Amino acid sequence: MTAPEIQKPLLDVRGLTIEIETRRGPAIIVDGINLTVGKGETVGVVGESGCGKSLTMLSLVRLLPNKIKVKGGTAEFAGRDLLKMSKSELRQVRGGKIGFVFQDPMTSLNPVMRIGDQLCEPLIYHRNMSKADAGKRAIELLRLVGIPGPEQRITAYPHELSGGMRQRVMIAMGLACDPELLIADEPTTALDVTIQAQIVDLVKDLRKKLNMSVVWITHDLALIAGLVDRVAVLYAGTVVEDAPVGELFARPTHPYTRGLLASIPKLSDERASRLSSIGGTPPEPGRRPKGCPFAPRCALAESICHERVPVLEPVAGHSGHRVACFVAQRQLKEAA
Amino acid sequence: MAAEPLIKVENLVKHFVVRLGAFGERGATVYAVDDVNFDIFAGETLSLVGESGCGKSTTGFTLLNLQKATSGKVIFQGENIVSLNEKRMRPYRRELQIVFQDPYSTLNPRMTIGEVVGEPILFHKLATKAELPEKVTRLLADVGLPARFASRYPHELSGGQRQRVAIARALACQPKFIVCDEAISALDVSVQAQIINLLLDLQEKYGLTYLFIAHDLAVVRHISDRVGVMYLGRLAELATREQLFSNPLHPYTRALLSAVPEADPELEKTRQRQILVGDVPSPLAPPAGCRFHTRCPIAMDKCRAVVPEWREVETGHHVACHAVEMETAG
Repeated sequence: MTAPEIQKPLLDVRGLTIEIETRRGPAIIVDGINLTVGKGETVGVVGESGCGKSLTMLSLVRLLPNKIKVKGGTAEFAGRDLLKMSKSELRQVRGGKIGFVFQDPMTSLNPVMRIGDQLCEPLIYHRNMSKADAGKRAIELLRLVGIPGPEQRITAYPHELSGGMRQRVMIAMGLACDPELLIADEPTTALDVTIQAQIVDLVKDLRKKLNMSVVWITHDLALIAGLVDRVAVLYAGTVVEDAPVGELFARPTHPYTRGLLASIPKLSDERASRLSSIGGTPPEPGRRPKGCPFAPRCALAESICHERVPVLEPVAGHSGHRVACFVAQRQLKEAA
Repeated sequence: MAAEPLIKVENLVKHFVVRLGAFGERGATVYAVDDVNFDIFAGETLSLVGESGCGKSTTGFTLLNLQKATSGKVIFQGENIVSLNEKRMRPYRRELQIVFQDPYSTLNPRMTIGEVVGEPILFHKLATKAELPEKVTRLLADVGLPARFASRYPHELSGGQRQRVAIARALACQPKFIVCDEAISALDVSVQAQIINLLLDLQEKYGLTYLFIAHDLAVVRHISDRVGVMYLGRLAELATREQLFSNPLHPYTRALLSAVPEADPELEKTRQRQILVGDVPSPLAPPAGCRFHTRCPIAMDKCRAVVPEWREVETGHHVACHAVEMETAG
């Protein structure tokens, strides 16, 4: 599939900075993230635990936990800044124009409400539907996400459904009001591979049907290879590389992206050959090193990397590919 | 491959009795592992894969006699170890170790790393107290940790470091065999590769035998000599790595392999997936006949009634499926 033509992006996040309150004072956990999502585009946000990928998305709909606050930046959605909206405007966006699918369906569904009633809530609130119409739509939605016998299922409680079913209900809730943007936070991490394949195919299918934009947050590069148009790689609260999906896999440029891709076992590997790995571990949130956050683990790091923070700059000759790395940028210039 | 297996698993069965209902008034049986047969050869890595609840971890626990088997045998050094009580089991415990999934909950938070790693050595009287620090240092070096870690507590370590400690503890009494129960699943992608490399290095150095329980097929394909696929408590297929990944016979294995995403956008675009419909049935009431028949694309009447036989269709390639049986017979 081709990337949609460049126009004003649906979501435009600029310089988003998030801070956490700790005993030692405030610490920055997301540092000046820029991210755009075009109309009808699917963007994968990839990173390891603690890199700030979930917090970034939660901050957009202002669902950050206590003690974690947005310190700066803007997040324009269809021309309006989500971070400055009034509460009542925000309520129109949440679940209406932006749908959210959370990672863990067991804790995100209300255990004492029938799933039909949970599905009807946003419809009654955002779409002013009558209860009867909402009920009909709920059945439609459950059928859409591939739940067999939806007429009977709407009266079920979450505990009566399997993990895969619950995740489908979550997706149905995210889709309930035909959102322009669906944010899916590791929606398949808790699921088995066969169910994961079902869910991925479902989202691909629905995206085409509804022309919706999707942000898919994950730690699994293999999973999004066949799913997204573009990938943003996060490390310790910054975007280190941003490229169309084919480009990223063909020419990974940031040492971290290269390391990640190299550490995934491939079909062509010899048995028990050594996997290339990245030494060390990611910094804890709030304990970011000075300079480039990846420098302490980077084999290519030079003295400048420990001093200054690299910014995301275009990779010459490859449109839409940007990387934040002093060494990679210099090597590219030398090669040109 | 040696002719005589290190461990022989014969008709292993594990059922759990659970209480259901708000007051536990109803009893029910979970058919976690049902009639599983396989051999583990010295020096190899045998992997068990399958979806959550398929009984792969229970197989690992039951095999080590950490859970009492309902019936069946596990033969190790001529002894059926699952029939032994804890006291008679103890000498074998030294040889048979395990590394668990979650490095956060398997280390005692009040013990230093040195105590954690040293405890099994003292317990099995493999060294005196005076020799202990040196042994611990050597074990930590084996798993790539500096000696100064011996005085640290688990909360000071990252997930990857903790998993290294768990591996050092398993190595402490020079075992022959280690069960790795989802030992890398809880780790970040970049750290997973480090631990896989460590496990491979240690296998080479000490001639270890692994039973590797995992759900990540890309990793399993990378490290295994042979792979067993489980579904709802039964083995569906068992074969060498090459046989299984290039010529999967059981329809469940085929579906499972086709669901694994590859890190290649070009390949992914053109790839034909075989999507399974429906969910895994409850192990409380597994379907009659072949347990996979409710989701199987090629199920026949026979599959709904008769349990397929566990057969060796070519050297080293075992499968339990009526359709495969018909094909190979005719």
